[in-house]
Amino acid sequence: MNEIIRVNNLTKEFKEVKAVDNLSFSVREGEVYGFLGQNGAGKSTTIRMLLTLIKPTDGTIEIFGMNLQQHRKEILKQIGAIIERPDLYNYLTALENIQLFAKLSGIKIPFTHLKEQLAKVGLADRMHSKVKTYSQGMKQRLGLACALIHDPKLLILDEPTNGLDPQGIAEMRNMIIRLSKEQGKTLVVSSHLLSEMEIVADSMLIINKGKKVVEGNVKELLNPEYSIVELEADTETALNFIRNSEWNKYLKSVANHIIRLEFNKDKIPDFNKELVAHDISVESIRRIHSLEDYFLTQTKD
Amino acid sequence: MKKIFLAFLMVWIIVSFASAQEVKELLKKVKNQYDLVNDYVADGKMKTNVLFIKAPIANVKVYYKKPDKIKIINEKGISFVPKGTININLNNVLGLDNYEAIDGGKEKINGTECRVVKIFPLSDEENISRATLYIDETRLVTLKSVISTKEHGTYELLLTFKNYIAFGLPDKVELSFNTKDYKLPKGISLDFDNGADKDKADKLKNKKGKVEIVYSNYSINKGVSDTVFTPK
Amino acid sequence: MFFTILRIELFKIFKRPRTYISFGAIAVIVILVQLALKVNGKDFIELYTDSQSDTFEIPYNKILNGYFVCVAVLHMILIHVPLLVALIAGDMISGEANLGTLRLLGSKPITRTELVLAKFSASTIYVILLLVWMAVLALFGSILLFGQGDLVVFKEMDWHQMNSYDVLWRFFAAFIFASLALTTIAAMAMMFSAFSENSLGPIVATVCVVIVFTIVQQLKVPLFEHTINPWSFTTHMLGWKGFFYVEKAADGTTIDGSIERPMALVRSGLILLGYIGLFMSITVWHFRKKDILN
Repeated sequence: MNEIIRVNNLTKEFKEVKAVDNLSFSVREGEVYGFLGQNGAGKSTTIRMLLTLIKPTDGTIEIFGMNLQQHRKEILKQIGAIIERPDLYNYLTALENIQLFAKLSGIKIPFTHLKEQLAKVGLADRMHSKVKTYSQGMKQRLGLACALIHDPKLLILDEPTNGLDPQGIAEMRNMIIRLSKEQGKTLVVSSHLLSEMEIVADSMLIINKGKKVVEGNVKELLNPEYSIVELEADTETALNFIRNSEWNKYLKSVANHIIRLEFNKDKIPDFNKELVAHDISVESIRRIHSLEDYFLTQTKD
Repeated sequence: MKKIFLAFLMVWIIVSFASAQEVKELLKKVKNQYDLVNDYVADGKMKTNVLFIKAPIANVKVYYKKPDKIKIINEKGISFVPKGTININLNNVLGLDNYEAIDGGKEKINGTECRVVKIFPLSDEENISRATLYIDETRLVTLKSVISTKEHGTYELLLTFKNYIAFGLPDKVELSFNTKDYKLPKGISLDFDNGADKDKADKLKNKKGKVEIVYSNYSINKGVSDTVFTPK
Repeated sequence: MFFTILRIELFKIFKRPRTYISFGAIAVIVILVQLALKVNGKDFIELYTDSQSDTFEIPYNKILNGYFVCVAVLHMILIHVPLLVALIAGDMISGEANLGTLRLLGSKPITRTELVLAKFSASTIYVILLLVWMAVLALFGSILLFGQGDLVVFKEMDWHQMNSYDVLWRFFAAFIFASLALTTIAAMAMMFSAFSENSLGPIVATVCVVIVFTIVQQLKVPLFEHTINPWSFTTHMLGWKGFFYVEKAADGTTIDGSIERPMALVRSGLILLGYIGLFMSITVWHFRKKDILN
């Protein structure tokens, strides 16, 4: 599959704060790409950089194989987005809002298509009502209809289930799956809820404090056979051993005297044996059972 | 010496008396000329030349009715008519009953030799405190007058005669009069400053205003209603 | 694309109730001033002519015609209209930032320069429509109520009188100049709007700047007269009045179709254009590099 988005060494600094720090990732065509992190992790900043709302301090973004800075208009014509909450004009009706979105997309869209689109999201009978009279769920559906009105190849949804009731969340989830599986659209969906990502995403990127923690296929990341192993030991000696052995290829990170590796759980006894054989006193070896645990351990302060 | 002085005084009194009589005669002749006109209506083009008034040439109608009613009306537009225009009617002076007149000699006005007559009203009720008339003795018309009033200062009047001289009516009058300072308190008008006011500040010291009326189409002795003169 | 955005911006402006507050406010003020002058017009004229009423006959009824009332209305109203302009222009960018819709606009295939210029053009059209509305009410309304006639304008140091047939073009020119002046306010309000994330800030800031400079101008203190006032935009915003100042010939009568010191008006117009250029350049420059965070 082709890469739709390629981000290299993306950095954004706000005065003294690094909101995004040297982030690289790629999104392939047709997949739902989950973007996971706690509030303030840098998800929204990254997404805004993808939409040219924020200028990166450093790094490059390529979308549809083109540099975003140089081909901004061309790229944005093929992107639909909802950022945090649907951006709608409350004093306009649903039909007026979708008309406005259609015109701004730079593509000529027949008027009948606008009505059809509203009907698709169940707003046919309320299209002439002002948006300020809508419930949050209706706004979200209208926002999605507006974001899709110009049939974009790439859809970017930032926290799309925020503020929705359980039924709204389920509707949104189904919509995302349908857009991907039935219409072949590529979606970048950010959330701070791993459970949502587990259901809808094909690939996932977890970030914390602006840095990439892990990126990969969700199934692989969630595979219980494929575990994150946390080793607590004499850090210096243990690292020295790992880096000079075949275990080096599994090394993921070192933080707070904890060394993290990623390999099949069956290899844990062999790993333990080798550590002992090399006179490394092990305090503990712990397997993290699910991505949720991993996510929490990685992202807690 | 005493005799010589008395003789000189006697001669002076006799000469003065004779000359006073002479100028009163002259004034009477001029008044007779004026008395030919009971009333008139005339069209006029009025130019106002007052430092603080910028007005276009106005088409006015001048109404007169004996003995002293005069009114200038701009029927279509706006005109700021000086209140002293009452003085363009010389009947104010010529119609005085109780006055002293002195011969002031001769002087040329616009090339015409005129007799200068100084008039002093003797009644305290008159608004005029003194007047000087420059009379063309040949045509029996006044070419210039300087009238000092008790309330509104001095008015100077220059008259030009041509087509209506038979009735003693001028073709053109130029009235000069004193004006007051004009300056609004700051902030009332909030003007656009185009730099013009800086030059005006100095010129304001010259307080003479002038109004010029060029007459045409006199309609004489056809009757004028009194209502024209009532203030609106 | 520019005209598409412009149409959208105008559509948004005229779909908002607050837009019509301005039109309503103008209608109310104009009608109130007209009524006041209908009842107490003579007193109003006496404010200017009282010191000369001994020397001249003042034709109060004739002075109080539709043209005079229109100038009086404009004199009273144009000081307050910047507030109404700021109400819309000050909200153009920051209002959308506040609503969140700026993110929508910023992520669409339009350049930020196009967006700012379209918003500015929409504000300008709003200003023009506001003035057309004012013209209809103040000029034609006053003519209906008071009739036509020669126009007399009372300045601090002199009276300017124009023939009735020499007046209408002056009103049109004055309205065009007033559009330029109010567009300067719109440009300034938009500049503040680009720097702000809420609607109220730019509106208040714009009104404060106008009030401060107007006070400085009215103080007529030599220190300001030679430093700030010649360059203050509030000085030049009064340029519309310049079209009602006539030139006089050597014989003291006015020249039909003349303007007293026309070059001063040209200079004021150019200074206002300069301000618009400056304010818009700052707005575009800042907005292009602005991170849209809200």
